[in-house]
Amino acid sequence: MSDSPQEQAKGGAPNPSGWRRRLDAVLELPNDSPQKTLIVAVTLCLVCSVVVSSAAVLLRPLQLENAALDRKRNIVEVAGLLGSDGDVEAAFERVEPRVVDLESGEFAEDMDPARYDQRKSSKDPERSIALSRDEDIAGIGRRARYSTVYFVRDGDAIRQVILPVHGYGLWSTLYGFLSLKGDFRTVSGLKFYEHAETPGLGGEVDNPAWRGKWDGKIAFDESGSAIIEVVKGVVDETRSGAEHRVDGLAGATLTTRGVDNLLKFWLGENGFGPFLARMREKEA
Amino acid sequence: MLDREQRKVILDPLVDNNPITLQILGICSALAVTTTLAASLIMCLALTGVVAASNVSISMIRHHVPSSIRIIVQMTIIASLVIVVDQLLKAYAFDIAKRLSVFVGLIITNCIVLGRAEAFAMKNPPWMSFLDGIGNGLGYSLVLIVVGTCRELLGSGTLLGYEILKPVTEGGWYYTNGMMLLPPSAFFIIGLLIWGVRAWKSEQVEKPEYQIHQVHRTEVI
Repeated sequence: MSDSPQEQAKGGAPNPSGWRRRLDAVLELPNDSPQKTLIVAVTLCLVCSVVVSSAAVLLRPLQLENAALDRKRNIVEVAGLLGSDGDVEAAFERVEPRVVDLESGEFAEDMDPARYDQRKSSKDPERSIALSRDEDIAGIGRRARYSTVYFVRDGDAIRQVILPVHGYGLWSTLYGFLSLKGDFRTVSGLKFYEHAETPGLGGEVDNPAWRGKWDGKIAFDESGSAIIEVVKGVVDETRSGAEHRVDGLAGATLTTRGVDNLLKFWLGENGFGPFLARMREKEA
Repeated sequence: MLDREQRKVILDPLVDNNPITLQILGICSALAVTTTLAASLIMCLALTGVVAASNVSISMIRHHVPSSIRIIVQMTIIASLVIVVDQLLKAYAFDIAKRLSVFVGLIITNCIVLGRAEAFAMKNPPWMSFLDGIGNGLGYSLVLIVVGTCRELLGSGTLLGYEILKPVTEGGWYYTNGMMLLPPSAFFIIGLLIWGVRAWKSEQVEKPEYQIHQVHRTEVI
């Protein structure tokens, strides 16, 4: 540190500058001496932390963009808005996000849907409620007080509403979107965007053929309670109530049960029940 | 371009000294990510990149690594590289990063990386270490590609997502083998591979480490 600028500027081979000399002195220390061990450890940590943190900071905007685009893609896909050109941003323009207070079922006008992070909130004790064992059929522990919902409009009329849902399957929590038609009763689609169920068995929740079975199923009875059910095996179309039932996944009893439970939870009293009841009243 | 020794460093790990079939390293990820060929390929790229880069960086500082903390030094370098690879995948290959989920992070614990750092990079110059990393990455990749191909083709009837064998559920003739999509099937395939390689190259067969001594009745007295 005490070297004068001239001395440092000279550098080079014949008369090495102070810094160079010191570096050589350190490099010449015996490898197993305590000083060298410490110096190597500290330098390595510094270099590695700079590399790791600059990668994280520089790539973060791209990663956030990817995550946001992925979420939008899932929403427009479940709504069936994605055109053949696959332009997610254009399709998402028809979607209107709103934040809903789940307990009262009213819109939370003061919250910005673009910035509300429901997944973070459901872990924060201040912004979520703990569910009792009887209430928690979806196996999620806590539920955020507010949830984002997405409306798709045709002119003034609401064509669809898309609700984020999640719940425990066999290995993992399944995160997805449920799309209801403008009567707030009929299902138009269900898609999970994140899960770690067994590929080929529970992982068949991603299968387009199975997802197609949800279209047109009636999720609520006349009194407004959720009665949609995922059954084991194949639904007998001739029996009454077939419009409330969906085929289960073969070989994936526990994933099927998980999907059944999470829908019952999110469409029930502790989920979107109050909000959907209110919307039905308003639209009727 | 490469002399004989350099070629040997690259080609040896493909069959003669394969990290999976001979050294039995890196089995965990070989089971986990091989349900589809696409995921296997990305995992191969990620691992080959990490082994090569970690070998080069460790080889460059090999004369100055105190032996008392050498494993920690190696792990720190490997862990940093893996985090960078993970971040790059999340930024530029989001769909695949989502599918590989934690397994990219688990390259840190892949024995091949630490094994090559300790066995090769600590004793050889950077360029040779780089070639050794590439060679071992390719050896790992070869096995993963074979396993991934078998599992995706027999398990889902597709390859890289394209339909090859039309499954019954889509109105075809092929009954998909659900077991191929579960981790045990990778054990079976890797086991068969090791058997095949050792039948072909019998010098890879180890001698039994211990044999029960046969005692004849007359010796007992």
